[in-house]
Amino acid sequence: MVGALWTYVTDHRLQLLFDSYQHVSAVVQSVLLATVIGVLVGVLTYRNRLAADLATATSSVILTVPSFALLGLLIPLFGLGVIPSVTALVLYSLLPIIRNTIVGLNAVDPALIDAARGIGMSRLDTLGRVELRLVWPSILSAVRLSTQMSMGVLAIAAYVKGPGLGNLIFAGLARVGSPTALPMALTGTLLIVVLALLLDAALVLLGRLTTSKGIR
Amino acid sequence: MTIQSAKSGPTGVRIQLDHVSKVYPGSTQPAVDDVSLEIPAGEIVVFVGPSGCGKTTTMRMINRLSEPTSGKILIGDKDALSIKPTELRRSIGYSIQQAGLFPHMTIRHNVGLVPGLLKWDRKKIDARVDELLDLVGLDPGQYADRYPRQLSGGQQQRVGVARALAADPPVLLMDEPFGAVDPITRSSLQDELLRLQTELGKTIVFVTHDFGEAVKLGDRIAVLGQKSAVLQYDTPQAILANPADDTVAGFVGTGASLRQLGLMRVKDVELRPHPSVHVDDDVDTARNALAGSEFDWAVVLDSRDRPVSWIRANRLAHARDVASVAEPLDVVSTQSTLEDALEAILAESHASAVVAGPGSRYVGVVTLETLIEAVTTARADAGAKPTGHGAP
Repeated sequence: MVGALWTYVTDHRLQLLFDSYQHVSAVVQSVLLATVIGVLVGVLTYRNRLAADLATATSSVILTVPSFALLGLLIPLFGLGVIPSVTALVLYSLLPIIRNTIVGLNAVDPALIDAARGIGMSRLDTLGRVELRLVWPSILSAVRLSTQMSMGVLAIAAYVKGPGLGNLIFAGLARVGSPTALPMALTGTLLIVVLALLLDAALVLLGRLTTSKGIR
Repeated sequence: MTIQSAKSGPTGVRIQLDHVSKVYPGSTQPAVDDVSLEIPAGEIVVFVGPSGCGKTTTMRMINRLSEPTSGKILIGDKDALSIKPTELRRSIGYSIQQAGLFPHMTIRHNVGLVPGLLKWDRKKIDARVDELLDLVGLDPGQYADRYPRQLSGGQQQRVGVARALAADPPVLLMDEPFGAVDPITRSSLQDELLRLQTELGKTIVFVTHDFGEAVKLGDRIAVLGQKSAVLQYDTPQAILANPADDTVAGFVGTGASLRQLGLMRVKDVELRPHPSVHVDDDVDTARNALAGSEFDWAVVLDSRDRPVSWIRANRLAHARDVASVAEPLDVVSTQSTLEDALEAILAESHASAVVAGPGSRYVGVVTLETLIEAVTTARADAGAKPTGHGAP
C-alpha cells in the first residue's frame, strides 16, 4: 500500500508539483481578492447598522450553499475552468473577512477615534493609520480561516474543470477498482492537507511580521 | 527646550466664544445655550460643572469636534468656523482622559503624529519628540521606543500632554486629562502642568468636574450650570471668597477655607526664624544655640545648609553627638502650598513646617499662627474688592 503510494508519487512528481502549485496559487489569489473586497465592504458598511447586518447576512447565506451546488450554479454564468472556481472561492471567503472587519472596527475604542480626529487626522487617516491597524490581527485570523476552507473547496472545483489537486482525487475516484485509483485519490488528499498546513504557517508568520508589537 | 525658552511672555492667543449654541440633531433642547466667554491669552481657564452640563461640548466646539449650531468662535483673530476642521485641529493641542495614545504606535510615533501630519521632515520631528519627552519628564532614550501599554497610567498621561504640545500650538484643550489616574499621580501631574505652563504660556482650556482641581490649576474658573450656562466666571480666590449664588456655593462645597490655603504658597507668607545647628556640630555648640533661644528644639542642617532632621533640647543633654539623637523631618519648599505646610505642621510633633528655599537651603519655619494670619488677611482682601459675577 505505502509502496504503491510512493511509486505513484515518484512516477508523477512533475505533474504533482504542477497541480500543487496551481492549487496554492488559485487559493492565494482568491483569498487575496476576497480580502480586498471583504475589507472594503466592511469599511463601507460598519458605521451603518442596517448595511452592516445586510452585508453579514448576505455573505452567510452564500456560505450555506453547498459547494457542489454553487459551482454548478456558476456554470451558466462563467462556463467551465478557472473563472467559476475562483468566483466560488472568493464568495466563500467573504463571510469571515467581512464579519471580522465589521466586528473589529466597531470594537475600536471610541476614545482613540476621538483622539485621532482631535489631533487633526482626516477620516481616511484615521481609518488607515489607526482603525485598520488595530483591526488587522482580527482580519488576518479571518484570512487564515478562509484559506483553510478554500483549500478544501478548490478540490471540489475539479467538477467544473477547475485547476489544482482536485482533478487527481476525481480521476482516482472515477476509476475505482484499478490499481492506481487509491494512490491517486490519497495523494491528492494528503497533498491538500499538507499544503494547507504550510500555508497556515506562512500566514502566522505574516501576522507576526505585520502586527505591531504594541498590540500583539 | 530651545524652542520655548527662546520666547518670553505668553505664546497663547485669546479665544472668544460669542453667543455659541449647540443643538444635537433630533433633540429639541440645546446642549449648550447661548454661551459667551472670553478666554485671555496665556491663561488656564477651567470649565467646571456637574456631569452632563455641556462643558465638554462647549470645549469641543473650539476645535470643531462638535460643530456649533449658531454663534461665532474666534481663536486669536481668526474665525474658527472659516478654517478647515483638520487644519484647525492640527493647530490646537488636544489631550483627553486616559491619554488616548494609539497602542500600535511607539511613544515616538505617537508624539510625532501632528508634526507628521504637518509634513515636517523626519529629523526635525525626531528632535522635537526628544525635546518634548524631556519637557514632560520622560527620558527619550528609555521611553521613546516603548509602546503605550509598557507605560504606567501617569506616564501615558505625560505622553498625551507631550503629543498635544508637539507642533507648539498656541491653544491647548484638555478634557479631564487626569481623571483616570490615582490621586497621588494626579497631584504630581497637576504640578507638572503648572510648571510647564510657566515655561510655555499657552492658552489652556481645561475641563473637569473636580472643583479642587479647578482651584489648583485655573487662572480663572468658569462654573457652568445646565446647558453650559455661565454661573460665575472669575479667579479661584474670588469664587471661593464670594460665590455668585447658591448653586455655585453648593458646587464650591465645604472646605472653602482649606482650599484657600491650597491657593497660597509658602513664599507668599512671612517665615519665622528658628534656631538651627549643623549635623557635625559638637553637642556643646548645639546646646548653646538652643539655650540662647526660647525654643526647645532645633533644625539640623547638613554641610550645605539643607534641613535634614531635627533635635529636642532634652535629648541633647545626654547625647554624645548631634547625629545620634536627630529625628527624621518632612521639609516643605517655598513653592509648596500652605495646605502642604498645614499637613506638615499637623504631622510633626514640634508643630512647625520647616521650609527649604533656593538650593534646598534652610530659610525658616511656618507655624499655625502664620497660617491663621494668612487666611484672615485673604478673607479681608476678598471682602474689600468687588468681584465680577457671570461673564466679564
